[in-house]
Amino acid sequence: MSSFASMSENIVIIGAGQAAAQAVQSLRAEGFDGPITLVGDEAYPPYQRPPLSKAYLLGTFERPRLFLKADSYYAEAGCDLLLNTSATAIHRAERSVELADGRRLPYDKLLLTTGARVRRLACPGADLPGIHYLKTIADVDGLQAVFQPGKRIAIVGGGYIGLEVAAVGAKRGLDVTVFEAMDRLMARAVSPGISAFYQAEHEKAGVKLRLRTGVEAFGGDGKVEWVKAGGETYPADIVLVGIGVIPCDELARQAGLGCEDGIVVDQNARTGDLHIWSAGDCTRHVGREGHAIRLECVQNAIDQAKHAALAMTGKPKTYSEVPWFWSDQYDLKLQIAGLARPGDTLVQRGDPAARKFAVFHLRDGKMAAVEAVNAAPEYLIGKKLIAEGKPVDAAKLADTSIPMKTLG
Amino acid sequence: MAQKYRVTYIEADGKPHTIEVAEGWSLMEGAVKHLVPGIDADCGGACACATCQVYVAPDWADKLPPKSDMEETMLDFAPDVKPTSRLSCQIRMTAELDGIVLHLPKSQH
Repeated sequence: MSSFASMSENIVIIGAGQAAAQAVQSLRAEGFDGPITLVGDEAYPPYQRPPLSKAYLLGTFERPRLFLKADSYYAEAGCDLLLNTSATAIHRAERSVELADGRRLPYDKLLLTTGARVRRLACPGADLPGIHYLKTIADVDGLQAVFQPGKRIAIVGGGYIGLEVAAVGAKRGLDVTVFEAMDRLMARAVSPGISAFYQAEHEKAGVKLRLRTGVEAFGGDGKVEWVKAGGETYPADIVLVGIGVIPCDELARQAGLGCEDGIVVDQNARTGDLHIWSAGDCTRHVGREGHAIRLECVQNAIDQAKHAALAMTGKPKTYSEVPWFWSDQYDLKLQIAGLARPGDTLVQRGDPAARKFAVFHLRDGKMAAVEAVNAAPEYLIGKKLIAEGKPVDAAKLADTSIPMKTLG
Repeated sequence: MAQKYRVTYIEADGKPHTIEVAEGWSLMEGAVKHLVPGIDADCGGACACATCQVYVAPDWADKLPPKSDMEETMLDFAPDVKPTSRLSCQIRMTAELDGIVLHLPKSQH
């Protein structure tokens, strides 16, 4: 290594997802001109995951469009891509990353964007062929091969992934049954009114919903043929499991970095090691409301990566962006900003029957979160009001005769 | 491979970037996949964030499909909107648009 560290500094990024692509772009935009090496264990450079369970599965969004950057981008940006490569250890004392083939990559600064992996079922028969998960391009390609009209698909989990696949399945003419252990859909993510609205929409599309129904076992001769849930047996040709994700924090944990269901980072996306930052689904940070949170979303991947790049180039800025999420099911665009909490005062604007409405969550007289269905103005103004933190008028928010734009 | 056509994106300070965009892709995708700064497109093209605004000169604007209600609504929330504003995620590349010139706003937020 040169002794002129500031002139020859290099950055290694582990994990090649949305946060990594953003970090490369932001590091260059912030003026970092040293070498960047991006290590990813999939066969592909960073790509968008949100379309995987939506348009890509439906077949209306072709694979090249998934990639976040053009093939030529990384070379042009001076970023070395090491794909199909996993990192096996971080040697913090000598500042290097060990790869599966034994090679060691020295770093001056390290960014961990390792993301999350799917949570797997452990019930009897859970390893039978025909049971699918959805996280990667390879996962969807495997599912697509059997995702044909008339097939019976059992979906385990009524969250975003399960319901997006259910919507695509219904559209494609599959026979869809969703099993959800809780008493309502998307229970972790949305308020009860939104759950009820989506339940009705799925039922209208012919999706069979089995709420309060946990899956107990799978069985079949050489491949999955039935699902046992709530004491009953359901025949199935395909099973898709969408029951959440687990942060990929093993590498960090083994290296002695603080981890609590996610790599713990500060508001500049830095870990407890002065040379190591982390961003995206794999992290846990203190959110704008003062609680330690782990976010699984594009927004956090983008914004936290931007903040990591700022800090890594010596311009740290406190990360306090409002989290946002979206889900596409049928012709319904669900957009959410902020984090709702039990006890929030709910204010509805618009009529669910018109398939265009919003639910605002007020806390201490201020906007805390917004859930909008086909209601972009409500979403955008709601998000702005959350960021501003000023008192809001519940009666006006509920009054659709007052244009949304005048309320922000 | 799909046919590709040229698009020139001009940053607010006048710096041009000419790149090739495949037929059927959006003009937003062309920018974000290359090193063109000035189009954020946080939502990935879902018409859900209004951070991919461009200004289209009138002679090119005539060749574009009209704005959908959704695009009109979202544009209402973009900064520095002008009569020539469009959301680049809603414009698909076609042979007719070969050579189109798009001007970028100073900021998308």
